[in-house]
Amino acid sequence: MISIKNLHASIGDKEILRGINLEVKAGEVHAIMGPNGSGKSTLSSVLAGREDYDVTEGEVTFNGKNLLDLSTEDRAREGLFLAFQYPIEIPGVSNINFLRTALNEIRAYHGQEEMAAKDFLALVKEKSKLVELDAKLASRSVNEGFSGGEKKRNEIFQMAMLNPKLAILDETDSGLDIDALRIVATGVNKLKSKDNATIVITHYQRLLDYIVPDFVHILYKGRIVKSGGKELALEMEAKGYDEIKREFESSEL
Amino acid sequence: MIETKSNITQTLLDQLQENAPKVTFMPDAEIISAIRYLEDKGIPNNKHEDYKYCNIEAVLRKEFKTVEQAFNELTNADIAPLKIDEAINLVVVNGVYSEELSEKMIVKGLTVNSLNQLSSSEKALLCSQAKSETDALIALNTAFSANGLFLQVDRNNIIPMPLHVIYVNSGNANFVTNTRSFINVQANAQATLIESFYNIGTAKVFSNFVSEKFVGENAKLTCHTFQNEGSLSYSVNTNQVKINKYSNYSNTTMTLSGELVRNNHNVVLADSNCEAHLNGLFISNGTQQIDNHTLIDHQMPHCESNELYKGIAKDKSSGTFNGKIFVRKDAQKTNAYQSSKNILMSDDATINTKPQLEIYADDVKCSHGTSTGKIDTEALFYLKARGIGEDSARKLLLQAFAQELIDKIEIPSLQERVLHLFEKAL
Ligand SMILES: Nc1ncnc2c1ncn2[C@@H]1O[C@H](COP(=O)(O)OP(=O)(O)O)[C@@H](O)[C@H]1O
Repeated sequence: MISIKNLHASIGDKEILRGINLEVKAGEVHAIMGPNGSGKSTLSSVLAGREDYDVTEGEVTFNGKNLLDLSTEDRAREGLFLAFQYPIEIPGVSNINFLRTALNEIRAYHGQEEMAAKDFLALVKEKSKLVELDAKLASRSVNEGFSGGEKKRNEIFQMAMLNPKLAILDETDSGLDIDALRIVATGVNKLKSKDNATIVITHYQRLLDYIVPDFVHILYKGRIVKSGGKELALEMEAKGYDEIKREFESSEL
Repeated sequence: MIETKSNITQTLLDQLQENAPKVTFMPDAEIISAIRYLEDKGIPNNKHEDYKYCNIEAVLRKEFKTVEQAFNELTNADIAPLKIDEAINLVVVNGVYSEELSEKMIVKGLTVNSLNQLSSSEKALLCSQAKSETDALIALNTAFSANGLFLQVDRNNIIPMPLHVIYVNSGNANFVTNTRSFINVQANAQATLIESFYNIGTAKVFSNFVSEKFVGENAKLTCHTFQNEGSLSYSVNTNQVKINKYSNYSNTTMTLSGELVRNNHNVVLADSNCEAHLNGLFISNGTQQIDNHTLIDHQMPHCESNELYKGIAKDKSSGTFNGKIFVRKDAQKTNAYQSSKNILMSDDATINTKPQLEIYADDVKCSHGTSTGKIDTEALFYLKARGIGEDSARKLLLQAFAQELIDKIEIPSLQERVLHLFEKAL
């Protein structure tokens, strides 16, 4: 699905990602954990194509294509989806119009016809149920005036509508109460299939009780310093990141 | 050799005088003082505070050195595409009200006529709001005004359909028009007015429009200004509006094209408990310049004014929003709000904003805000991250930016026309 090799990225002259290697196959769920400032959000931004970052080294192959050569929109059209840590409010653009445009541009990219209005609305109805999103929110402006939980649910709703191959959930759990967390996780789990994959980026283990990962990676100072199964997340939760910090502090400097 | 200020004005005056029919409806005294003012002050250039970013003299020097006044005759076929279905369509060609091209409909309480048909009491109001000594362009219009449009709604009458005035210029060589209208909505009357501006044909026009509007006690006038004059048009449009006790005046100006469009919208709130709403949206491209100058003059207590202006400047185009608000000593309990928001779509585009509040009363609520910036890159990234291409993402955001103004157009086919041209210009 996606293969990241020796990825380096910096902002200005500050190097943030310092040689990331990661292989995600269809059907898998990977979790990336790590202390604040380790580069988790940077990784998701670089994969989604945010232009603030310079990729200085390495390569990323996504379904056989060189991901780094693609524009942000083409990455999305190829099936990459980033659930934002801080979803943007866009006053005046309705959720519905936004999603219809997105869906149809993705379809056009794959040589498919526009979706009929009736089918689109049926899809909206079906998918908003998945994350228990009030149908009224679908017709409001994108994220405008949404609560924190509604914004995150709206991200998963969009994911359900666009049906990506690879979803990257960037701290989707941050700021969610336990009910919202359960709803979001249930939605993600329902969307899981043998043909798609998920990367869950999180600071806390809590979300991983609901979205159970096949692999857990610990990111620290721009590198994956440890990988393991789901028990690694529990270990981190129990011990905290201090041990990782102590272990890798010196070798990183 | 560079011509001096007075030379440019004098050349223009000479050429206009040569071609102009006598302005029969304008009192001689007004014409004389208008010409005197012009000869004295000249057409404003960038040294003039109100025209700092809008050098009319330079436009005349560069584009209108010779003025032919070779007007085209227009037919119903020319006008048909400009009409609006829901409205009574009235036509003013090169400043002259055309009865033949206008739709005839008898509506109770409505008078539509040429300016030379003004009664003596109405004539007394002429130039009472548009004063030559306040602006050389008003003076120019007063001196050379064509036989424009007189529109009146008699007291206690509500006009059930919108009135659409199509001001169309058309010539076959460089020409100047001085179009004038006089709109009087008497006490307890109501009307919706659309004023559309076009230039059809292949010649450059300098279009100098002046409209005096009176809104009587407890009357309501809802105006829409639609400007789509194209790249051969240089226009100054002055609205001098006086509104009375318990009245309501609103105007929404949509500027979709024009090489130079300078709008002066001046509203005097002459008595208590009245309200004025001025809105504007423009989109400019190429080297176009779109300027909106407003003056809201609160003279009496318990009145409200609201202004919302937005602009999108592309390419090398430019725009100005200059909003003056006076709150006079007697205008206690005034609420005055003003907002101007602009988006620059290129590094070469510029927009100047200048709110000016002069408040002489102590118990008032006034606020103003301006912002000019680039399109929101975070929002753009968000849209692109969902598979929406750069171009459509920009369009979605700009449409969202403009929507609240487009929503203010209450006439469906006008709204459609604006939306269509707006989308095309994006
Ligand atoms: N725009 C930026 N400019 C400068 N430094 C940045 C910027 N964005 C992130 N960083 C730095 O990069 C490092 C990694 O940040 P981030 O990817 O947000 O980590 P995480 O998501 O793991 O908390 C931090 O040290 C942060 O300060």
